[in-house]
Amino acid sequence: MPPLLEVQNVSKSFGGVAANVDISFDVAAGEILGLIGPNGAGKTSLFNSISGEVSPDRGEIRLEGRRISGTGPLVCARAGIARTFQVVRSFDSMTVRENVMVGAFSRTNRAREAMAEAERVLDVAGLSARADHAAYSLTPPEKRRLEIARALATRPRILLLDEMLTGLTPTEAQSGVQLIRDVRDQGVTVIMVEHVMEILLPLIDRAVVLNLGRVLTQGLPKDLVRDPAVIRAYLGDKYAG
Amino acid sequence: MTLDTVLQVALSGLLMGLIYALVAAGLSLIFGLMDIVNFAHGELLMLAMYATVLLNAATGLDPLLQLPVVAVGMFVLGVLIYRCLIGRALGVQFNRGMVQIFVTFGLAIFIRGAAQLAFGGDFRSVNVSWLGNKTVHFGGVYVPLPQLAASLVCLVAFAALLGISRTEFGRALEATREDRDAVALIGIDRDRIFALGWGLGAAAVGIAGTMLATFYYVSPTVGANFALIAYVTVALGGFGSMTGALVAGVLIGEVEAVTAQVLEPSLKQVGMFAIYLVVLMVRPRGLFGKI
Amino acid sequence: MMTNSILRRRRNELVAGVLVLIILAVLPLPIRDVYTQNLIILTILYAGLSQAWNILGGYCGQISLGHGLYFGIGAYVSTMLFVSAGIPPTIGMFAAGIVGAVAALLVGWPCFRLSGHYYAIATVVVGEIGYLLFLNWDFVGAATGLYVPFHGENWAALQFRTSKLPFHYVVLAFAALTWIVAWVIEGSRWGYSWRAVRDDVTAARSLAVRVFPSKMAAAAISGFFTAIGGAIYAQYVGYIDPDSVLASSFSVLIALPAVLGGVGTLWGPLVGAIVLIPTSELTRSYMGGAGGIDLMIYGGLIVVIALARPTGLVSLLGIRKQVGGANAAPT
Repeated sequence: MPPLLEVQNVSKSFGGVAANVDISFDVAAGEILGLIGPNGAGKTSLFNSISGEVSPDRGEIRLEGRRISGTGPLVCARAGIARTFQVVRSFDSMTVRENVMVGAFSRTNRAREAMAEAERVLDVAGLSARADHAAYSLTPPEKRRLEIARALATRPRILLLDEMLTGLTPTEAQSGVQLIRDVRDQGVTVIMVEHVMEILLPLIDRAVVLNLGRVLTQGLPKDLVRDPAVIRAYLGDKYAG
Repeated sequence: MTLDTVLQVALSGLLMGLIYALVAAGLSLIFGLMDIVNFAHGELLMLAMYATVLLNAATGLDPLLQLPVVAVGMFVLGVLIYRCLIGRALGVQFNRGMVQIFVTFGLAIFIRGAAQLAFGGDFRSVNVSWLGNKTVHFGGVYVPLPQLAASLVCLVAFAALLGISRTEFGRALEATREDRDAVALIGIDRDRIFALGWGLGAAAVGIAGTMLATFYYVSPTVGANFALIAYVTVALGGFGSMTGALVAGVLIGEVEAVTAQVLEPSLKQVGMFAIYLVVLMVRPRGLFGKI
Repeated sequence: MMTNSILRRRRNELVAGVLVLIILAVLPLPIRDVYTQNLIILTILYAGLSQAWNILGGYCGQISLGHGLYFGIGAYVSTMLFVSAGIPPTIGMFAAGIVGAVAALLVGWPCFRLSGHYYAIATVVVGEIGYLLFLNWDFVGAATGLYVPFHGENWAALQFRTSKLPFHYVVLAFAALTWIVAWVIEGSRWGYSWRAVRDDVTAARSLAVRVFPSKMAAAAISGFFTAIGGAIYAQYVGYIDPDSVLASSFSVLIALPAVLGGVGTLWGPLVGAIVLIPTSELTRSYMGGAGGIDLMIYGGLIVVIALARPTGLVSLLGIRKQVGGANAAPT
């Protein structure tokens, strides 16, 4: 059985600047994978390739053996890739419930079914009490939950989380971590880009470390924190010494 | 078609195109700075033309001498419009884009009404001027002096605009355009820069209006037509690009002159609209717009 | 029990819609004054036209400033069919609607690749091209325009001279139809897609919203009803020429009630029309002589409402706190 997601030799440059160089890794169904690396390592660019927003210059990305790279965000979303954004993108003219229904409508034409699905994911995301508030009135952590709920409503196989815990207070981050575990327990595979190592390392099953657009190494979190190359490249300032 | 006709058409296209370019430059400056299309731009042009005609009638001074007065007056008006209306429009929380469009639309209607009330609906023109109705001949090509002077003044004004962009203030403009919020951190007063931007944009259209008034009639609705051409020019050149405004202005002047010659004058705008649409299909952000 | 705020709200809106319809149906009965009758008819017609604009400009967020083109096309198609083929406007208006929808698709196909102000300007230009072409097109009367021949009092041709009352019900049916279309769309997958496209196109795409087809669908529906409005208008005034149905100022007149009343809302176009149309007509009638004051009042009103009520006048009525996103327009 092939892995759920295969990233094979993906390269992408923007105006001559290489964002990703020959990146390869697999993601198994049901895992929480951390995508880490210093700023400018190419994490968000890789996310954009996986979610279909950009096409890699070389290489392929496959979901259950089927190529999804270069097919565009619509096909990727249909195939089961959902994502959140580094800078929150909520539909501000709508209520929280309506935001989520946009996602739910990707699987049904019926408003009743979309409403029921919205009800379900709002509950998962802990936003039921805020369902009829305007999206713009949410607090920043609530907005991140809204993005997750909206993504879940598309019934994804894989959820890409772009810095969803960054900038939250420790308490908010802890409840975010719990939400991510709940999402995984629902059978959704999670790939997350994150800076907050203290929170990330206990959460993830495996990590891929990027540096300067390339895969530096990959493995279990406990091994990575002892890897001198990783410490130098990324954790350097904080942990080395 | 003789060579003289070709040269004549090319030259009149160029002369008109330079005026279009300066009108468009004011619009483009404001847009590039704060992402607003000023739909009252044509009405600013109209006000400048009226100012020229009325000053001329009252003082008998040549429009060329009135240039600084009109330019300064329009600068002040531009700043006032920003302070009273646009600054508020930028501050609304919702529907910002739409509010901006329709605030300037409302302003345009208001100004048009005010002009009608104050000046009546009749066509007016400058009576006394040094250059009025004079022409010079180069071989078989004749050049009306007012148009020639107008386009030269527009070139100088354009050079001045480009010069300003190299000064300290120009760099502040550029920084504000790049990142509106970050400039506050380095001590640039965003509101002040925006107000000055409106002042400059209005002054540019003021200079164009004064020169235009030396050979074009004025009425409360004269702005609409020039404004339409200015929007096409700016979109063709790329919103926010000064070079784009210059190139597109001249291009549009030429296309208009050629269309008027080849088709009938009543269809002269069809050519420029067609060129504009074709270019936008290939380059959705105009010739010099940032992709 | 599944408490469903959305279903409840939609049911309330429908009830309110029926009530308003009843009020508007009874309203002209006691009125004998032709001027007032005309004012009410124009107001309702504009409410319908603006609702048609609202479908593309409001819900889908594509600020078209060229809707005069579809309006004019509708007026010309139904009038030409009537004049040269004898097809009554009650049938001709649907042909007009279809031509309007096709025109909107043809305009949308290239223009929807443009974003923000580039789109708005392109629609202005397309509208202006249409104006110039009709102005020079002898087959449709060029600058002289077309007279709608009077075939005696009859419903098939929507021609009534003894009373304005029948026309009141024609425009009311038109406005009610556009309202109900907007209501249906609001609750459908399309409505959600369109609003998502308006608020944040990148996020919409990531949720499998088909952006381009969404815009095209909105354009077609919007163009269809705008053209039908044009056909009705042509029958109402009995004479059309490029200046009266294709002028670019028309495009703005169509958009304004929705924008100031509440863009992307069910009630915005009607509320906006109730404020704007009588203001503009009354000031023109009573102050137009002084030349310009009417325009100053009208323009000033637009500025004040846009600045004081960016979400539209409906927010004053507290009908529904519909909020346009900060991105609800050009970015």
